[in-house]
Amino acid sequence: MQVAADPLLVVLLLVNFFLLGTSRLRALISGSASQGALLALLVLSVHGGITLQAALIALATIALKTIVIPAMLTRALRDAAIHREIEPVIGFVPSLLLGGLGTGLSLVFARTLPLAPEHAGSLLVPASLATAFTGFLLLATRRKAITQVVGYLALENGVFVMGLTLVEAMPLFVEIGVLLDLVVAIFVMGIIIEHISREFSSIDTTRLSSLKE
Amino acid sequence: MALALVLVPLAFAAAAAAMPSQKWRPWLLPACGTVHLALTILALGRPDVAAIGGWLKLDDLGRLVLAVVSVLFFACSLYAPSYLALRTERSNRVFVPCLLVFLAMTSLIVESQHLGLMWVAIEATTLACAPLLHFNHHARSIEATWKYLLIGSVGVALALLGTFFLAYAALRAGLGSSLFFADLVREAPRLSRPWLHAAFVLLFVGYGTKMGLAPMHTWKPDAYGEAPGIVGTLLAGALTSCAFLALLRFFQIAAAGGEAEFARQLMIGIGLFSMAVAGVFMARQRDYKRMLAYSSVEHMGILVLGIGIGGLGVFGSLLHLVNNAVTKGVMFLSAGNIHRAYGSKSTEDVRGALRRLPFSGALFLAGFFAVTGSPPFAPFLSEFTIVRAAMTQGHAVVGALFLVMLAIVFIGMGGAVLAVVQGEPPEHEPEGFRDRLGTVAPIALLMAIVVLLGVYVPPSVGALVSNAAAFVEGRR
Repeated sequence: MQVAADPLLVVLLLVNFFLLGTSRLRALISGSASQGALLALLVLSVHGGITLQAALIALATIALKTIVIPAMLTRALRDAAIHREIEPVIGFVPSLLLGGLGTGLSLVFARTLPLAPEHAGSLLVPASLATAFTGFLLLATRRKAITQVVGYLALENGVFVMGLTLVEAMPLFVEIGVLLDLVVAIFVMGIIIEHISREFSSIDTTRLSSLKE
Repeated sequence: MALALVLVPLAFAAAAAAMPSQKWRPWLLPACGTVHLALTILALGRPDVAAIGGWLKLDDLGRLVLAVVSVLFFACSLYAPSYLALRTERSNRVFVPCLLVFLAMTSLIVESQHLGLMWVAIEATTLACAPLLHFNHHARSIEATWKYLLIGSVGVALALLGTFFLAYAALRAGLGSSLFFADLVREAPRLSRPWLHAAFVLLFVGYGTKMGLAPMHTWKPDAYGEAPGIVGTLLAGALTSCAFLALLRFFQIAAAGGEAEFARQLMIGIGLFSMAVAGVFMARQRDYKRMLAYSSVEHMGILVLGIGIGGLGVFGSLLHLVNNAVTKGVMFLSAGNIHRAYGSKSTEDVRGALRRLPFSGALFLAGFFAVTGSPPFAPFLSEFTIVRAAMTQGHAVVGALFLVMLAIVFIGMGGAVLAVVQGEPPEHEPEGFRDRLGTVAPIALLMAIVVLLGVYVPPSVGALVSNAAAFVEGRR
């Protein structure tokens, strides 16, 4: 069953690079939505068939990460009338290189951790770490509030992939709780983005600079 | 009982959201605070409080933190109606329910025996706090809320990754990976060490961010500086205590799994670093609410330092958890009153608080002496216990550094506090705020607890703290 998961994880890693490389915010949101769909497929693949729990989690993932959250972000984008990430703290090519480095290090680090026999040779753990790292990179080096939210989503996706190694252990309602918390978090962030764009006529977080030492 | 502690505040929150009257809604807070305090006292009197098949259970550490949260919320709820009556220009339709949801979720954190459920509750407090921080709706409060949300969410996401690592360690050991706290502590020696190690680091960073330990504290000055006094109190007293409880749960698992030495070293290092960072930034702080945030960073450092020292230090640290929470209540609420009266948070504009606000000014000054660890106030006792633990348990250098940091903080904070309370108040009065019963009595209540615990620790409180300390050290 792990065999089917690995190609999906490779696509997930490729989408990470797409997120790091694109400057168009709309493309960024689509990339994030496609990661949501990949995660839903992964849930089905790792559960090894369509059980009730797997179907519920996959449906919730698709509904939240591929439909609701991207729609909310697209609306915020339209209201703020911006299209591109301008002047990231680290340029697009260097951040791609950093992303590549992070992915390589994730592969090395995952090898040092002793894996359970059923996960030996699987990409689940390194892909999880690499995706979380991509999210971190987006959060730390981009200026637009929307890009930072997408970064947070990628970080969450990385954690989610790690959670897939534990399918037998996680009770359904904890997993749904995690997803629900995520959507509320994005919702609250969306509201704050709206306030930022109204107050500062921009969603550039570098303007949020009156509070510092 | 265990369930009621969570469901009652949620019911009140629903009632507050449905209530049409802006004027009467705040009165739901003292009503709920009283019921919650009564439930807490009842629960503390019972030997076994559990619900939903062991998912919720009040253990010895939980009892201590629940008592702290409930008392602090009670004091804040008494203060809230008078405060919100002064802020009629702002709708409290979101503010009041969010405060009540916050209480429900902190109770849930304290009672959760399943680490996944605990994570869900902690993330929920982050989200309930966002509208509370944003209460003032100006540019600075938006900035503070954004930073708080983003940094807090990332921290909590790392904690989730750490929780998964821990579960994987259990799975690898063939334990069928359970995330129940008691199972993990019992089976800890069999957990896979590399996974346990990585999990503890991630969890320490994640929940340390929520606690506001340096260097993960950067959201704290902004959030506390812009938050209304009640919110500052609940964040600095209740939420940080809950995050500390989460950290202690994982410390116990790590210690049982043979990682105690590593965990203690990490805690001593981060504890001292937090105190040093707080000292440096407090020294030239011109904003007295941000100054309180750095004071909170300092006290979080003291808490983890006490655990790092171990033995008597654990008792000192848990006693300090109580003292810090109550003292922070005095400081944040009285600072809130001063802010109302002067319309400024800068020590350059605010002078003569003792004259303009005799009660709030005096409580602020007394709170300063308490928070910096002067006798006869309660924090002196707990800080002294930690120093004694350091000196007698072979950490003399740590103890000496601890004392030096306390002195630096005292001098740094003293300058700002004395500037605020002394001198002649400026001529113009922006809002004409005066001390009233409703905005002073709750602070005086908290101050009375600080003084009482400083001169005499009642046997019931002593037993609560020493049971919790024994529990954390795995002796109970």
